Amino acid sequence: MKIHEYQARDLLAKAGIPVPAARVVETAQEAEKAFEENGFPLQVVKAQVFAGGRGKAGFVKLVKSAAEARAAAEFMLTHRMVSVQTGPEGIAVNKILIAGAVDIAHEYYLGFVLDRDRSTVSMIASAEGGVEIETVAHERPAAIIKEPLHPLAGMQGFQARRTALALGFTGKQANTVADILLKLSRFFIDYDCSIAEINPLVLTKDGKILAIDAKVNFDDNALFRHPDVLALKDDAETDALEIRAAAANLNYIKLDGDIACLVNGAGLAMATMDVIQLHGGKPANFLDVGGGVKAEGAIEAFRIILSDKKVRGILVNIFGGIARCDLIAEALIQAGREVGFQVPVVVRLEGTNVEAARKILAASQGDLPTLQVAGDLNDAAKKIVSATR
Amino acid sequence: MSILVNKNTRVICQGITGSGGGAFHTRGCLDYGTKMVGGTSPGKGGTKDANGLPVFDTVDQAVRATGADATMIFVPPLFAADAICEAAAAGIKLIVAITEGIPVLDMVKAKKFLADFGTSVKLVGPNCPGVITPGECKIGIMPGYIHTPAQKGKKSVGIVSRSGTLTYEAVWQTTELGWSQSTCVGIGGDPVKGMDFIDVLELFQADPLTDAIVMIGEIGGAAEEAAAAYIKKAVTKPVVGFIAGRTAPPGKRMGHAGAIISGGEGTAESKIAAMRQAGIRVADSPADIGKCLHETTGG
Repeated sequence: MKIHEYQARDLLAKAGIPVPAARVVETAQEAEKAFEENGFPLQVVKAQVFAGGRGKAGFVKLVKSAAEARAAAEFMLTHRMVSVQTGPEGIAVNKILIAGAVDIAHEYYLGFVLDRDRSTVSMIASAEGGVEIETVAHERPAAIIKEPLHPLAGMQGFQARRTALALGFTGKQANTVADILLKLSRFFIDYDCSIAEINPLVLTKDGKILAIDAKVNFDDNALFRHPDVLALKDDAETDALEIRAAAANLNYIKLDGDIACLVNGAGLAMATMDVIQLHGGKPANFLDVGGGVKAEGAIEAFRIILSDKKVRGILVNIFGGIARCDLIAEALIQAGREVGFQVPVVVRLEGTNVEAARKILAASQGDLPTLQVAGDLNDAAKKIVSATR
Repeated sequence: MSILVNKNTRVICQGITGSGGGAFHTRGCLDYGTKMVGGTSPGKGGTKDANGLPVFDTVDQAVRATGADATMIFVPPLFAADAICEAAAAGIKLIVAITEGIPVLDMVKAKKFLADFGTSVKLVGPNCPGVITPGECKIGIMPGYIHTPAQKGKKSVGIVSRSGTLTYEAVWQTTELGWSQSTCVGIGGDPVKGMDFIDVLELFQADPLTDAIVMIGEIGGAAEEAAAAYIKKAVTKPVVGFIAGRTAPPGKRMGHAGAIISGGEGTAESKIAAMRQAGIRVADSPADIGKCLHETTGG
C-alpha cells in the first residue's frame, strides 16, 4: 500500500525525524493562510498525488508570497494533472502540501528496502540524493552504500555511524544523520514497510539536516496489524474496476489491451497474458480468480472484465486442480446467460473432470453463440486473437 | 529415488481443524496415499479431526506420539511464521507452508530462526502448492492424479516452480508426452521464502531418478538469474524453463506478493536472457514446456 508524501512526512515527523514546517490544504484560501503560518520566505507548493511527473506538469511550484501560494493552489485544484504516468485524461488534485523551502548545500538519499537476495531488510544510502536512486545504482554503483540489517537485532548504532561518515558527514552532523538512520530503520520494522526512503535528505547552508521528501510503502500482508496505516489509504487514483474486484476477492489489474482474460492462479494468469501477446494480441487485464472459484465469483469476474469498454474478446483459461472443470463450465454458462456475451469468448479447460466440462459447453453452444472451445493454450490464444481482428 | 519426500515420509498438518482448509487437504493427501499421521490445533489437543486423525496442542506432542518428520502448514497468516518455527524446534525435518499472506518481516525472522538448524531442516514455501513425489507422497494442494509415478520405460522429470497452476501445466504436459515426474516442488510466490531454485536444483542434480529438470519462474527478484548461473556451473542434466510475466507492467504486484518489477529489476526479459545464456532452453509459450523438454532430451 502506498501513502501520500504529506502522510509519509507526518509519520516520519512522529518517528522523530526532522522535517521542515509544512501544512496540507484543500482550498486556495487555506494555501494563503498556510504560507503565512509556515513563516518561510520561500516555500514550495506540491500537489498530493501518487502519479509521478508532478514537476514537469507544473504541479510543484516555488512561491515567494502568500498570494503566489494562493494562485499556485488555485491552479492545481482546478486543473487535472497530466503527466507521462497519468494518461491523457489526467487526475484531479484534492490535497496540496505547502512546505518551507530551504537553502540546500547538499542532497543525500537514505532508504530501507526489503532485500530479497539476503532475506532481510537492507539500508541504502548515497551522497548523490535528489534523483532516482535506481539511476545512481545503475550508473555509479560505487556511489551506493549498503548495509544489510540483522533480521532479529535490526540496525545497529555502529552501522548507522559508519554510514554517516561514509556519506561525508563529520562531528555532530554525523551523529544527527546516524540518529535519523536508526529512527528510519525502526520505523520500517515497526510499521511493516516495504520501502521507507528519504529523498532528498538535505544539508542546508546554515548546517541543518532535514528530510525534504519521503516515500513510504507498506507490506499489504501486514496491514491487518496496522489499522492506523490502513486508515491512510486513498483509493482516489485506483481504477474503479480494481476496487470492485478487490471487494469480490478477485485479483484483477487493468491493462490497456483489448483481449480480456479470466484465469485461475497468478502464474498461469501472467502466462495467459504473455501467450495472448505472443500470438499478436494485447491483454486487457490480469485476472486470477483463485483456485476455489464458484459460479458467483466467476459471474462477478465476467461483469468486471466486460465493464472495460475496450474489451473485444475474452480468453478463459482454467487448469482444474482442486477446482473441477465441470463446475467451472457450469459457472461460465450461468455467467453467459446472466451477463450476456456480446464479444467472442474462447474457453480452454484442462484438468479435473474436463470431459464432463466439454460436454456441458458443447450442449450450450446454442445459448452462447460467441463461445468457442479451444484445445490447448496456444490454440486458445490463436482463436481469440483471430476472433477479435 | 526422489527428493524431499517418499513413501516413508510421515506427515502432520498444522492448522488441521482451522478454516484454512487443513482437514480438506489432509483428506486429499490421505486419498493419494500420503502417510498423514495427525495434526495440531492449539486448544483442541486430544480430539480427532474430520478424517479421524489425532489432534495435538503442539507439534512437539504430535512428533512424539506419531513419529512425524514432515508438516503441512495451513495456519492463518498471523500465526504461520510461529508455526514454522514451532515445527523446526520440534524436530520436523521438512516444513511445507501452504499459507498465503504471511507478513514478509515475519518470514525474515522465521528464516533466521531456521538458520540455527542448518540444512537439516528444510522449508518449502510459504504461499506454495507443496511437494509431491508421484505415487509415494503428496504434501499440499496439488491435484494428485495428473502426476505420473516413476516407472521402468518412462523418463522422469523434476519440476521446480514459483507458481502452482503453471506447475500443474508442466506436469500435465509431461505426463501427456509419456514422462513421469520424480518430484515436483512448488517453492512459492513470496519474496522471502524457504528453499529457492538453487536448493532444489542441487537435489535434482544429485537424485539418480531425475533425468531432466523443468524450472518455472516469474517476474520479481533475481532468483532465476542466480539459478541460471548455478546451472551453468553445477547442473549437468538437461534443464528447460519458462518465465511468466513478459507482459506485466512495472510496479504492479501480479497476484503473488513476490511478482513485481521494481526499479527496473526482476523483468522477464532479464531472466530469460540469463537462462538462455546458461544454455537453458526457455519456452516462449507455457503450452510448449513439455514439448521443449521432449525435444531437448531427444524424446
